[in-house]
Amino acid sequence: MSGFLSVLSREIRLSLRGGGEILTLVLFFVIVGAVVPFAVGPDKALLARIAPGIVWIAAFLAMLLGLEKLFGPDRADGTLALYRLADIPLSAVVAAKVIAHWLTAALPLILASPALALLLAMDGETFGRTVLSLLLGTPALAGFGAIGAAVTVATRRGGLLAPILIAPLSVPVLIFGVGAISASGGPDQAQAAALLLAALSLMVLVLSPFAAALAIDWGED
Amino acid sequence: MTERHVHSLLCLKTFALGVGRGETVLARDIALSVPAGSGLMLRGPNGAGKSTLLLTLAGLLDPLEGSVVIEGYDEDFGPAFHHCGHRNAIRPRLTAIETLEFWCGINGNAALPVAEALDRVGLSRQAKLDAAYLSAGQQRRLALARLLVSARPVWLLDEPTSALDTEGQRLLAGLIDDHLAAGGIVVIASHDDIAVDGLAVLTLESGA
Repeated sequence: MSGFLSVLSREIRLSLRGGGEILTLVLFFVIVGAVVPFAVGPDKALLARIAPGIVWIAAFLAMLLGLEKLFGPDRADGTLALYRLADIPLSAVVAAKVIAHWLTAALPLILASPALALLLAMDGETFGRTVLSLLLGTPALAGFGAIGAAVTVATRRGGLLAPILIAPLSVPVLIFGVGAISASGGPDQAQAAALLLAALSLMVLVLSPFAAALAIDWGED
Repeated sequence: MTERHVHSLLCLKTFALGVGRGETVLARDIALSVPAGSGLMLRGPNGAGKSTLLLTLAGLLDPLEGSVVIEGYDEDFGPAFHHCGHRNAIRPRLTAIETLEFWCGINGNAALPVAEALDRVGLSRQAKLDAAYLSAGQQRRLALARLLVSARPVWLLDEPTSALDTEGQRLLAGLIDDHLAAGGIVVIASHDDIAVDGLAVLTLESGA
């Protein structure tokens, strides 16, 4: 357990001292949302209707940005090899990294989402559901991201490959994420989507450390 | 440090070990037997497979043939190997002391307290300094301190003297002496001479 906490606190320290890494992600998230009104025109009703989708796309893209630092630097400086000699299993190291990834790449986005809600003319109720759906869905994105980063860590240009690999996996998260926000299909459907989203996140969180650890073990030579 | 390992019965052995990268065999038929309290020096030209052998011993690479065993080691004590490779596994933005605490946390088996380990390698004044500001030799010392904070019987050192000054090389020899005296095992790949008595030598031929 102390090993798990060591990895977690190291990752969080590195992110907080990262010279604006978190701020860059947050700005990217807000800017993606902010350019949409310019592209689709200032129709408030239209914006409000597509706002859930925009928030989710912005969150998805911003979380992809942080993937490269998940395992890449550790591999470059030899830490990844030593993780395999550690007293705790590699899957526990990965689990700690997934949690740290969520805390440093997803939580700041959720905290910044009021800015986006304002830009996209969301009403208060929709905004509440947006925050809930981001909270439920982003852990799944973090888990998928860890798998993608682990599979590509040994390849050159892995940083570009990982998003391509995990984009198809993330489609259900986007579908149910947006479904949990929009009330168009009636409140029951939104609730069902939110529950499915939570189930998806739980499943991915449990499975991704093992899958990613396996991928790292096989990829390292 | 508690005497949890029964060091005296320990022996690192390999049987008809063949090592290499991918399909390329670098060395084969390696039969080592390194008993507790003794060290082995790997010699050989560049590319002879010294680093590959160390990685294979550590279990980071799969052997192409044969096997590696540590006789007399109870796996319940955790991994038996410390590997100190070319890369120091030191990350900027973490201080020297945080780096060591981290390794102590995930490697377990706490031996020397972190502050004492730093003192031992002569970095106590740099404890609160960002590890990226350490010189190459100091970073190497920090990497060696990692071996001290967690007790493990077998040290695998790959070019441990690189970037170390003469005083640092004496320090390294002292650390190895202490480890051997405590009943540990050391396997070193190096082109330099390390002032430790009684190191057996194995020379790997290139293109074997």
